[in-house]
Amino acid sequence: MTVTSVHKDPEARSLTFTADFAAPVERVWQIWEDPRQLERWWGPPTWPATFTQHEVKPGGRSHYFMTGPEGEKAHGWWQFTVVEAPTTLQFDDGFADENGEPAPEPPAVHATVTLTATNDGTRMVISSTFSSLEHLEQLAAMGMEEGMREALGQVDAILAE
Amino acid sequence: MDKVFHALADKTRRDIVQRVLVSPQSVSVLAGEYSMSFAAVQKHVAVLERARLVTKQKRGREQLVSADPDTLRHASQLLDRYEQLWRHRVRAIAEILSEDTDNIEDNKEQS
Repeated sequence: MTVTSVHKDPEARSLTFTADFAAPVERVWQIWEDPRQLERWWGPPTWPATFTQHEVKPGGRSHYFMTGPEGEKAHGWWQFTVVEAPTTLQFDDGFADENGEPAPEPPAVHATVTLTATNDGTRMVISSTFSSLEHLEQLAAMGMEEGMREALGQVDAILAE
Repeated sequence: MDKVFHALADKTRRDIVQRVLVSPQSVSVLAGEYSMSFAAVQKHVAVLERARLVTKQKRGREQLVSADPDTLRHASQLLDRYEQLWRHRVRAIAEILSEDTDNIEDNKEQS
């Protein structure tokens, strides 16, 4: 796996992330489509996600919650706007109350995912557009800094092999 | 923070922030730069002020507008953290995918 590029644009309120995986497009699609695989990577490191609903189709909705270190729960929802298996996904991602009802604030993040075949596997491009930095603030509060430390630890571990 | 992105969504306002980052400017000097009324420019400055992207100070008869770099820095720090979240996710995805090829359970990487 390589993170090929990251493009941050504070003025356009967006972040675009490109990564290459050594697996076919159909296989990478599954990590989005299968909720059991999705919940293994969606949550920040100390906030694992559990998907209770996951309808990968245009207009389909997903519900999930993330469980924090103290057992606290943060609920979230997705609504799919574009689903073209196995290459394109677009959805809005927002926070919800404990009943799964979308919270009015902060506004949702719009995500676009595209998977394309490469010589060695799949290139995944994720683009997130924020209408609000508050959503980011909340995510940042959910152990992202720990994520950064863990990340550095993992890099060390890989290099040591 | 919500206000920051809203404030920066407008081209004129982004331009104002860039100008006052270089050096503080009066509202009237700024107004001379755009083909819009003084009142319209004043309105843009007020939006930026509410988002704490700029501050306004009285200097004699003039209102001097300066940038607040802390707010901009904070916005870009948040994007940095979001980047870290995606780095974590990509790594976790790669780990899941690697299980397909190495099925040796007892050799599972743990970090």
